[in-house]
Amino acid sequence: MNKAYLELSDIHMSFTRGGRTTQVLKGIDLKVRQGEFVALIGHSGCGKSTVLNIVAGLLKASSGGVIVDGREVNEPGPDRAMVFQNHSLLPWLTVYQNVEIAVNKIFRDRLKPAERKEWVLHNLEMVNMSHALERLPSEISGGMKQRVGIARALAMKPKVLLLDEPFGALDALTRAHLQDEVMRIQSELRNTVMMITHDVDEAVLLSDRIVMMTNGPSATIGEVLAVELPRPRDRIALADDARYNHYRHQVLQFLYEKQRKVETFGAGRSAPAMASRAA
Amino acid sequence: MSNAETAAPVRIFAGTDTMGWTHRIGTAARGVAATVVPPLAVLCLMALIWEIVGSQPGASLPAPSKVLKDTMELIVHPFYDNGGNDVGMAWQLLASLKRVALGYALAVVAGVSLGVLVGQSTWALRGLDPIFQVLRTVPPLAWLPISLAAFRDGNPSAIFVIFITAVWPIIINTSIGIRNIPEDYRNVSRVIRLNGFEYFAQIMLPAAAPYIFSGLRIGVGLSWLAIVAAEMLIGGVGIGFFIWDAWNSSRISDIILALVYVGVVGFILDRLVAWAGRRVTRGTSVA
Repeated sequence: MNKAYLELSDIHMSFTRGGRTTQVLKGIDLKVRQGEFVALIGHSGCGKSTVLNIVAGLLKASSGGVIVDGREVNEPGPDRAMVFQNHSLLPWLTVYQNVEIAVNKIFRDRLKPAERKEWVLHNLEMVNMSHALERLPSEISGGMKQRVGIARALAMKPKVLLLDEPFGALDALTRAHLQDEVMRIQSELRNTVMMITHDVDEAVLLSDRIVMMTNGPSATIGEVLAVELPRPRDRIALADDARYNHYRHQVLQFLYEKQRKVETFGAGRSAPAMASRAA
Repeated sequence: MSNAETAAPVRIFAGTDTMGWTHRIGTAARGVAATVVPPLAVLCLMALIWEIVGSQPGASLPAPSKVLKDTMELIVHPFYDNGGNDVGMAWQLLASLKRVALGYALAVVAGVSLGVLVGQSTWALRGLDPIFQVLRTVPPLAWLPISLAAFRDGNPSAIFVIFITAVWPIIINTSIGIRNIPEDYRNVSRVIRLNGFEYFAQIMLPAAAPYIFSGLRIGVGLSWLAIVAAEMLIGGVGIGFFIWDAWNSSRISDIILALVYVGVVGFILDRLVAWAGRRVTRGTSVA
């Protein structure tokens, strides 16, 4: 493997609540190359979101560290822009303003007002949202909100783009459209992406590598699967492709045979609200 | 961009372009009629019953026709000024509104600030909330003697009573609004690294605005309730004292006219704050 651009080293995470300590993550080690698209997959409650929140800096790991482009990260920042599961647009701002608020803050000193405006419009153009600049989030569909969320994250020019189940709340058709858009954007911008998903097809279709996590508590990385399908990838062609189905099979096997989910009451739900959200 | 969820939104009002403007005016007129006619009809019916009851021999309250006749001078000359307390109804109302405006403005500033503090800090919540919960149950007029003792003057005391009446719902609603800001908004602001003031101005206030405005609306209603009672006790110019003065000189018709004015002004105040709230919180409350 080449030089790691994003590196997670020996991350442990425990939450204490009411005197009881639960270990959520145990020894997460992962190296991601620049421009690589990595998907984190695992059953709900396994701590996927906790990993992503630690990379984002929104949560602090109990031990271990995250290095992005040679620098350790301890707090949230625009270099690790996040697309949230439920879009997290600010409902009182228009589509344009939701991207503008980030651009104005981050590039206040580096870009002139006209350039900032240009940059906001450029990113909204990229996700095909130029037609709804003056609309409020309440006036657009769930898929469009997620597009704006992606535009906002891209507009931060992140070193690592974090996607927290970005299409989880969307219907299957809309999800497919957005997956295609993300692939197209990724082929243009070559971002380093870390995505959480529980959708096997999504993971195989989008990723260069799939990181499969074992069940919590004390979740860790079970297997890493390199997806060596040529790009650009076409979902229709791949549906009948032997290699695609082989990868799919391997992920399914991991999830449903090796890590069969045993439903235990309250398991993995003892973490604070942010981490327990469909982790 | 042919996919389903980016398709251009349907123009809901496309149909109206083909309609004639006379038709549109007709539609608008029907809309106005639907909101204005029913209350007007009920009002007429009530006035009629009142007229019948009030015209009985030995009735203790005047009938509407008598009220109108007695108060015609006041109605047609709202701005007369004979010096002292003998001024027109408009001046009386304006004097009361001025007190409410001052007391309410102070309550908004203090209420929102304290609400933000209590909403933000768990220790402030633990320390202050129980005290607020007790103090807010004290009736407005119970504050008047103590404020008279403190300020030694009627006018600041009345303003203080307005302040203390309006401030509690503003504090409580603001703090609830701040506490209910979704974690996601906080995370967004952390990722783009808003500083404390930027977070306050760009995330906290707009996110809590629907709650703040419901507090403001309750507050303005309570202020107007309290001013009438307070002015009855402090005297001077003001609609409350006007009512009390009318009672002392047995001008029952004047009292009834004053009550109508008080009701209308209270209604307008409530609608003004509601309107401002809708303007400011556009989008937030429906999302």
